[in-house]
Amino acid sequence: MRIPPHATPLERLWAWAYRALCALVLLFLIAPILVVIPLSFNAEPYFTFTPRMLALDPEGYSLRWYDTLLTFGMQAPEAPRDAAWWRDAWKNAHWIRAAKNSLIIGIASTAVATVLGTLAALGLARPEMPFRRAVMAILISPMIVPIIITATGLFFFYSSAGLTGSYLGIVLAHATLGIPFVIITVTATLVGFDQSLNRAAASLGASPARTFFKVTLPLILPGVISGALFAFVTSFDEVVVVLFIAAFDQQTIPRQMWNGIREQLSPAILAVATILVMVSVGLLTAIELLRRRSERLRGLSPS
Amino acid sequence: MAQSEASSPGPETAGALTTADGRPLAAALARASARARRRAFLLVLPLLAFILVTFVLPIGQMLLRSVHNDAFPRNMPALTAWFSANPRGTEPGEDAFAALAADLKGLRANRTAGEVGTRVNYEFSGTRSLFTATARNAEALAPPYREALLAADPAWGDPRLWAVMRDASRAITPNFYLAALDRARDETGAVVRAPPERRIYVLLFERTFLVAGVITALTLLLGYPVAHLLATLPLRWSNLLMIFVLLPFWTSLLVRTTAWIVLLQGQGVVNNVLVALGIVPDSGRLSLIYNQTGTIIAMTHILLPFMILPLYSVMRPIPPSYTRAARSLGASSWTAFRRIYFPLTLPGIAAGGLLVFILAVGYYITPALVGGASGQLISNLIAFHMSSSLNWSLAAALAAILLAAVLLLYWLYDRLIGIDNLKLG
Repeated sequence: MRIPPHATPLERLWAWAYRALCALVLLFLIAPILVVIPLSFNAEPYFTFTPRMLALDPEGYSLRWYDTLLTFGMQAPEAPRDAAWWRDAWKNAHWIRAAKNSLIIGIASTAVATVLGTLAALGLARPEMPFRRAVMAILISPMIVPIIITATGLFFFYSSAGLTGSYLGIVLAHATLGIPFVIITVTATLVGFDQSLNRAAASLGASPARTFFKVTLPLILPGVISGALFAFVTSFDEVVVVLFIAAFDQQTIPRQMWNGIREQLSPAILAVATILVMVSVGLLTAIELLRRRSERLRGLSPS
Repeated sequence: MAQSEASSPGPETAGALTTADGRPLAAALARASARARRRAFLLVLPLLAFILVTFVLPIGQMLLRSVHNDAFPRNMPALTAWFSANPRGTEPGEDAFAALAADLKGLRANRTAGEVGTRVNYEFSGTRSLFTATARNAEALAPPYREALLAADPAWGDPRLWAVMRDASRAITPNFYLAALDRARDETGAVVRAPPERRIYVLLFERTFLVAGVITALTLLLGYPVAHLLATLPLRWSNLLMIFVLLPFWTSLLVRTTAWIVLLQGQGVVNNVLVALGIVPDSGRLSLIYNQTGTIIAMTHILLPFMILPLYSVMRPIPPSYTRAARSLGASSWTAFRRIYFPLTLPGIAAGGLLVFILAVGYYITPALVGGASGQLISNLIAFHMSSSLNWSLAAALAAILLAAVLLLYWLYDRLIGIDNLKLG
C-alpha cells in the first residue's frame, strides 16, 4: 500500500483519504466493544464516562457491578464472606446459576453437533457422495433460516412432543443451530486432506475405524475443534429459542442479559458484557492458533 | 477384444474385462462404487435424520398450522354440518340458529367458548365476547332459537359474522395468508383489502426489505475499502488488522447490542461527546436509538464482518499485477479500478451482499432491543403474534412468507456462489 513516487497530488490525497476511511471503519467495528470495558468499572450507576472517570481518579472506578453479579439473588449477600457465603453464591446467585445452565447446555449441544457434524462432513467430502448439493443445502439451512422461524417451529413441535421446558429440548435445538458451523469448518479442513493417506493405511491392514482414529482424526482435529468452538459460541449466545421453549426457571446468560436489557438496564449488564468480551478474545486466540496448526499439518505455507 | 470371448458369459458384457475372480470388471466396478456411495451416504445419514426431525419437521408442522385451524369445526359440529349442507349465500334460517344454539350449549358444557370465540375473533374483531357471553347463558336458550339468539345479542344476525363463521368452519383455510397480506373476505366471500388503518403487514414486509437493503448497501460501502486494504497489505499486517474484524464477529450479539445502547442513548457516550464538542446543543440531543436509525446502525455493525470476510477471500488472490498492467497501458487509476479490479471482486460482492441481506431480513434480537416502534421488522411481529396476541396461525403464515423469501435468496446464493464456498473466519 505504499504510495508510488510517480503518483499525482490527487492520487496522494485519495490514498490518504482512503487510509483515513479504513481507519474510521475499523474504529467503528472495534470501538463499541472496547467502550463497554471501562464503563463496567463505573462507580456510579450511569452508562457514560463520569468526570471523575475521565480524570482517571481511582474513586471514579469500582468493582461494584462485578460484585452485584455475585450477590444478585443470594439469600444472605450481607453476611461475612466466608466459605458459607461462597456456597450461597454458588447455589443461589442468579448469574452464577445462569452461567452453569449456559455451560451445561453449551457443552452438551456442542458434543452432539460435533460428533454428528464431523461424521457427516466425512461423508460429504467423499467424491462419490450422492445428492451432495441438496444434502449440503439442507444441513446448512439452520444457519440461514431466520431464528424466529426456527423458534416458532420448535415451539409447536416441542409442545406436541412434550419437550418444552426440558434441557433435552434446548440441547437438541442448540445442536441443530450449531451443526452448520461444524459442517462448514470440517469440510473446509477436509478439502486439503490427502485421501491417499487413508488408502495407505488400508493397504497396511488398518480397519476403517483404526484409520479414522489414527490417521484422519489427528489431521483434521484443528478443524473439528474450531467447528466445536463455533457450535459452542452459537449455543452460548442463543436467546430466541430459549425464550420460546425453555421453562421459566431455565435461565441462561443471554436470556438473563435479554431480560436485563429489556427491563432495567443496569451497569451489571456491562460487567457481564466485559466478561463475555474476554471470553471471545480467548476463543479468537484459540481459533487462530488452531488455524495455524491446521495449515502446518496440511503442509500449507503458514500465513 | 478377441480374448474376451473365452470369459464373457453373455452378449451384454461382450468385450468386457474381468476381475481376478472372473466377474466382469464393469459389474464389479459398479458394485464397488455403489458400495462407496452407500458408505458415504451412511456417514451423512445420522445427521440428516437428526436435522429432518429437529428442524425440517418442526418447520413443516408450522407451515401446516398456517393453513390449518380446527378450533371451530372441532367445537361447533352442528353448525359446521349446516354450513357444509347449505351453499354460501343461504340465508340462515331457524335450522341454522338451532344448530348454533346446540353448539353454544356444547361450548358451555365443554368450556370451549373462548377457543371458538378467539378463532372467529381473528377475522372479525370484537366477536370473542359475543361467544363467551352467549354461551354462558346458553342453557336458557329455547325455541324459536332465531328470536332467542337475536334477543340475547342482535349481533348474531350480522351477515358478516355468518360469512366469517362459514370460513372458520373449514379447518383448512387460506385466510391466514390473506390476513398476512392485509386482505380479508367480505360477506360474499370475495377477497378485499383491509381498511387502510389496518394495513400493517405488507408495509412491514416492505420496511423489512428496505432496511435489509440499506444495511446491505452500508456494509458494502464500509466493508469494500477495508477488505481491499486487508487484501493488499502484507500478511503480517493484515492478520493484525483482521482482529478488528474477527473480534466483533466472535463477540456475543447481545454484548454488541448492549454496547450500542450505551453509546447511542440520550445520555450516552456519542451524544455526550457531540454536546461537549458543541456540535449539538444540550437541549437537542440526537435520538439515535429506539428507532429505525438505531436498528440500522447496530445491525450494520453486527453484519459488517459477514461482508468483509467473503470480500477479503475473493480479493486476496487477485494478483496486483493486473491493475499495474492496466496502468502501464495508459489507464487512469479510476479506469483500472473500474474495468479491471472491480469486475474481479464481483463474486465477493455477490456472496457478501446475499449473505448480509439474508441475515438482515430475518433479524430479530437487535430490532427488538434497539428498534423502538419504527425499527421493528417482520420477525418482531411474528414474535408478537406468538407470545402476545397468540394468533399462532397468523404468526405461522407470516413466518411462511418470510421463509419463502429467505429460501429463494438461499437458492440464489447456492446457484451463484455455491454453499460449499461458504467460509467462516
